[in-house]
Amino acid sequence: MSKHILSIEHLNKNFGSLQILKDVNISMKEGDFLVLVGPSGCGKSTLLNCIAGLEEVTSGVIKISSQDMVGVSPKDRDIAMVFQSYALYPTMSVAKNITFSMKVRRIDAAVQQKKLNEVASLLQISELLDRKPAQLSGGQRQRVAMGRALVRDPQLFLFDEPLSNLDAKLRLEMRTEIKRLHHSLNASIVYVTHDQIEAMTLATKIAVMKGGEIQQIGSPNEIYSRPANMFVADFMGSPSMNLIPAIVRNVKEGARIEIDCGEDKPLTLIDPRKIAKLDNGEEREVIVGLRPEDITNPENREGASIEVATCLVDVVEPAGSDTYLVTQLGGKNVTARMRADTIVRAGENARLAFDLEKASYFLPETGERLN
Amino acid sequence: MTNFSTGAKSKPWRLVRRYVLRFLLYALLGIFALYYLMPLFVMVVTSLKSLDEIRAGSLLSLPRDINFDAWVTAWSGACSGVQCEGLRPYLWNSVKIAVPAVLISTFIGAINGYVLSKWQFRGSNIIFALLLFGGFIPFQVVLLPMAIVLGKLSLAGTIPGLVLVHVIYGISFTTLFFRNYYVSVPGEIVKAAKVDGAGFFQIFWHVFVPLSAPIVVVTIIWQFTQIWNDFLFGVSFSQAGTQPVTVALNNIVNSTTGVKEYNVDMSAAIIAALPTLFVYVVAGKYFIRGLTAGSVKG
Ligand SMILES: Nc1ncnc2c1ncn2[C@@H]1O[C@H](COP(=O)(O)OP(=O)(O)OP(=O)(O)O)[C@@H](O)[C@H]1O
Ligand SMILES: [Mg+2]
Repeated sequence: MSKHILSIEHLNKNFGSLQILKDVNISMKEGDFLVLVGPSGCGKSTLLNCIAGLEEVTSGVIKISSQDMVGVSPKDRDIAMVFQSYALYPTMSVAKNITFSMKVRRIDAAVQQKKLNEVASLLQISELLDRKPAQLSGGQRQRVAMGRALVRDPQLFLFDEPLSNLDAKLRLEMRTEIKRLHHSLNASIVYVTHDQIEAMTLATKIAVMKGGEIQQIGSPNEIYSRPANMFVADFMGSPSMNLIPAIVRNVKEGARIEIDCGEDKPLTLIDPRKIAKLDNGEEREVIVGLRPEDITNPENREGASIEVATCLVDVVEPAGSDTYLVTQLGGKNVTARMRADTIVRAGENARLAFDLEKASYFLPETGERLN
Repeated sequence: MTNFSTGAKSKPWRLVRRYVLRFLLYALLGIFALYYLMPLFVMVVTSLKSLDEIRAGSLLSLPRDINFDAWVTAWSGACSGVQCEGLRPYLWNSVKIAVPAVLISTFIGAINGYVLSKWQFRGSNIIFALLLFGGFIPFQVVLLPMAIVLGKLSLAGTIPGLVLVHVIYGISFTTLFFRNYYVSVPGEIVKAAKVDGAGFFQIFWHVFVPLSAPIVVVTIIWQFTQIWNDFLFGVSFSQAGTQPVTVALNNIVNSTTGVKEYNVDMSAAIIAALPTLFVYVVAGKYFIRGLTAGSVKG
């Protein structure tokens, strides 16, 4: 029953001769929380600006609530936006900043006051209402910028890195607040962030961008466990996915993986799943992608897909809740995520269990996913 | 203070050197100040002397007894041409020309600057360049066309006509000032206001005007000084009764009936210059500040 709140079809955006967004397609249902991630300069803010109507699109269609937005001005799109640089009005007090949108829409003063108080207490800025933006810290400004969007009740929220300047504790609180807001208002949100955890915890849908193109769009789980290409695999997750050069061949038992581990005989592992895009008997150089948590202590790990091997440990990195081991496979640093109580020293051998059912395979030439 | 000498020179010696340099600096500045103040000094003392004393004494000597007769004459009795009403009516003309012209040209400059910096359209940079070019066309070139235009509008020889001339000529500078000031306002502030639902004039009024105090002061001082001190437009486009104070001053000084009353000339010149002096004293601080204020801190 939920309707399409936002749909973007074949969107292109050029600045002069520079192509910034290339054939972007997104569709978002009412109540969706879409998180845009991607490296700096990949066009996330530009995409938000296009949705908001602040930048003209070069070609393509943007629909909000199934209405074509061509030629519709930002103020008639029923959106609220939090800008990456806060963009507070420098001469207005915090209170005036937050109520400005209601003032220009001629909303009753009593209603303005009520909404202002609600939002101020939600964002913990009630004591700051009389200050000017210049008298606020970065985090406080950011919360005012959030407040300016939250007093509205728009069809669609656009958030451009709204938490990037908060300290860790406040950030966590605000993250929870945003999640609660999303649930209680059933708000539809497009949200840009650099923070992996923010992306994974908030999103109902993640779009990974690179160089103005969407690399993959899907649920957080899909993005995390079945990345569409090596870029997504590498970009999402921290520490990032191990990408190990190997040679694979489909055999009777499944897929046989040979990894050079510096010794005469390569490390051989069997994935019980065959690789569909590989002909029987064909041998191929691929990149095997395994998350650190899929290489771990062998104890209590059984199953067809678990393969145990002994590897030389280069570095031990205790991280409190886990201990990370770094070893060399296929000439690459490979990180394994072990239980915190694992006792092993650098230079020793450790037994590691590889959960190959979780493995992703990529073509080294194009980075494209094979399985 | 960084100190590169490695202890070879003793501390007292360095102090002495510092004071000597300081002294030289102040002496130099003092000489410049004197040089600039000298004409004003001569004007003031001359205006307070009687004609006899002026003829007898030296230019720089202080008046023997202070005498304001010349000021009174300059204000309300000096003859320019046939009339002998002093500067008073012409000063008032200048006010009636300068105040509206300053306000209108400042307002138009602000709107222009706002559009040219934040609502750019195809060709807006060319329009800006042309506007600037207009500001650097010498006065003399526009005299004749301007006279024709004023004639067509039936504004020739009137005060509104002079206001129009000064507004038109002022727009290029006021636009330049405001445009360069508004360029430093972050574009995202405009975007935020658009998303908040504000239109073109609401954004101008609620966001940009409150930001503009420094540049408004700069523009007003600049425009006021230009328009108040203008002579060429004033003499070309006015007639008896609508002349600005600069033209009247010229007439007073040049009317050669009888003896030359230097004391009256000097007082008249000072009276004519007082308003601009006053504006500088009151707002000069903001002028300097406004000229250097490039950035708007969010
Ligand atoms: N007005 C403009 N004119 C020309 N190029 C622009 C303009 N705005 C942005 N760009 C370019 O477009 C690209 C995308 O910019 P954008 O701000 O969307 O990146 P982003 O993904 O938001 O990056 P970040 O994570 O650093 O905020 C950048 O290469 C930038 O240089
Ligand atoms: Mg950005």
